[in-house]
Amino acid sequence: MPFFAYVSLFLLLPTVLIAAGSFAAKDGSLTISNFTSINQPFLVKSFVNGAVVSLVSALAGGFAGALLAYAVVTGNPRGLLRRAVTSASGVLAQFGGVTLAFAFLATLSTTGFVTILLQQHGINIFPNGKVWLYELSGLTLLYVYFQIPLMVLVFLPALDGIRPQWREATESLGGTSWHYWRYVAGPLLAPSFLGCTLLLFANAFSAYATAQALISQGSLIVPLAISNLLTSETGRAQPGLAKALAVSMILIVTIVTVLYAVLQQRSGRWLR
Amino acid sequence: MNNRANRLGILVGAILLLTACGGTNTPASTVKAADAKSAADVGGMDKLIAAAKAEGKLNVIALPPDWCNYGEAISTFTSKYGIAVNSENPNGSSQQEVDAINQNAGTSTAPDVVDVGLKVAVSNTAVFAPYKVATWGDLPDSLKEATGLWYSDYGGFMAIGYDSSKVPGGTISAVSDLLGAGFRSKVALAGDPTQSNQALNGVIMASVANGGSLDDVSKGVDFFHQLKVAGNFVPVIGTAATVKAGQTPVLLQWDYNSLTHVKDVSTWKVFVPPNATLFGSYAQAISKTAPHPAAARLWQEFIYSDAGQNIYLKGACRPVRQTAMKTAGTIDQAALAALPAVTGTPLYPSQEQQVAAGTYVSAHWSAAIG
Repeated sequence: MPFFAYVSLFLLLPTVLIAAGSFAAKDGSLTISNFTSINQPFLVKSFVNGAVVSLVSALAGGFAGALLAYAVVTGNPRGLLRRAVTSASGVLAQFGGVTLAFAFLATLSTTGFVTILLQQHGINIFPNGKVWLYELSGLTLLYVYFQIPLMVLVFLPALDGIRPQWREATESLGGTSWHYWRYVAGPLLAPSFLGCTLLLFANAFSAYATAQALISQGSLIVPLAISNLLTSETGRAQPGLAKALAVSMILIVTIVTVLYAVLQQRSGRWLR
Repeated sequence: MNNRANRLGILVGAILLLTACGGTNTPASTVKAADAKSAADVGGMDKLIAAAKAEGKLNVIALPPDWCNYGEAISTFTSKYGIAVNSENPNGSSQQEVDAINQNAGTSTAPDVVDVGLKVAVSNTAVFAPYKVATWGDLPDSLKEATGLWYSDYGGFMAIGYDSSKVPGGTISAVSDLLGAGFRSKVALAGDPTQSNQALNGVIMASVANGGSLDDVSKGVDFFHQLKVAGNFVPVIGTAATVKAGQTPVLLQWDYNSLTHVKDVSTWKVFVPPNATLFGSYAQAISKTAPHPAAARLWQEFIYSDAGQNIYLKGACRPVRQTAMKTAGTIDQAALAALPAVTGTPLYPSQEQQVAAGTYVSAHWSAAIG
């Protein structure tokens, strides 16, 4: 019960306030114009951009993270590798925001030390002077940095559920490694893998601080657009539209999270 | 040099006006510092200094130490009068200054005085207390509110600051240069023009240089759209840190702010376009709810004294009393000579033009660079 009070105060109440605000015009009257005015090219583009960044970083992080997690699982369960990787993942999965952006600026911006090091060896990472770090590709690269460790953390339990006996059973029945992955481990892990990737998608889609610290100008992705619509030194903020955008984001993330839960339930039947 | 002539004309007008109203001073009955509309109201400068010393403190807000030499202004004020200055949120924006007055009213940490963009000053007179400094007559009429609710303190020209080692040919001689292929991922603004006064003026300057005018900022928005399409616009808000790190090698900023980067980047140059010589001014105001009303008024007297105005000038800001001080011979000649060269005819956007430009940019900016 105290937990429910806590959740409603910090999760439900803000959601309700945002939802209510998204239907309010500037003078407080009821309107749906906030939602219809989302249909502007630059706002639609910020949704598309956000989805692209989230999808690419979720897939890249998902595959890389899954491979890393598999490498860890096949090792000694109490070995140094496993302990090192899981604790490092625990830290790095939370390594976002200003610190992450700063780390990348210090290493990969025009005067970053890796950039200069590569330049001294004749490699220019910014061909034609185009600094892609402040674009979608740069943002995706940053996101992958915290997506991989998160994938390791959420995918490890699923891999742990795979029992060595199943592999032995496959082999004793004459199955090859291909058969094992295709008919046993693959189908067992697929829902969990998909679910974890969806979680990564939601994680990237709702991230704000990293993007804000890297790209302080413009509305590249939805959270930046919301921030720009809320702040104005000249009294032209559009809080209603910002809240409508927030509600749309909540909807997308809710759908993704529900799918994640469904998939987790499915894989939970076998892996425990 | 037209600038000087203009200013002188306004000044002469102001002096005539002042002489005309010279006889209407309030009788010598002294009032509380919080209601004083001039030093005379509290019984003269000595009384004001005594009252301010008794308060012992002054809260200022949004004054970066390297902006117009505010660091020196604050330390000089403290050593001269023995009044501690509490400088809050040095990198805040004009709107945040006004917000702080509203939100912290009644507490001892509320701001006493603010230094805000003219637009914010004009639209927030309700939270200011009227006051006229001793040198009020030197201030051009167009740069002060008649009753003393706000009054311009310094200004400067919108400039293109650049690292000459990073631009093609090592020099910039026109705004249109920035569209060239050699400027890929190099050009930045010092704020979001829908939010920051400085950035908005950057867009206005770009507009004037590209066939727009003070009344038509659309060409400036188009210009930044072209920069964006060409891949020349850096989506990073330029600050001293980004200049130092080389993230923003070309930055549109007030000339006095741009000049401060020379100490970090020795090849930093400041260029004021002759075909878009845009002047912008900031204003002082005293908070109506100032917790230290006497110190707030003494700060204004200090800022508008010869010493205070010369401190601004040392920070490359053109003080509002520049013309009068030049005539009187009290100006810091060395600092005056160090200002960036300005060859074009200065443009002074009016309040209405600023507001109209802001409205247009707010409506079209996101679509242009989104």
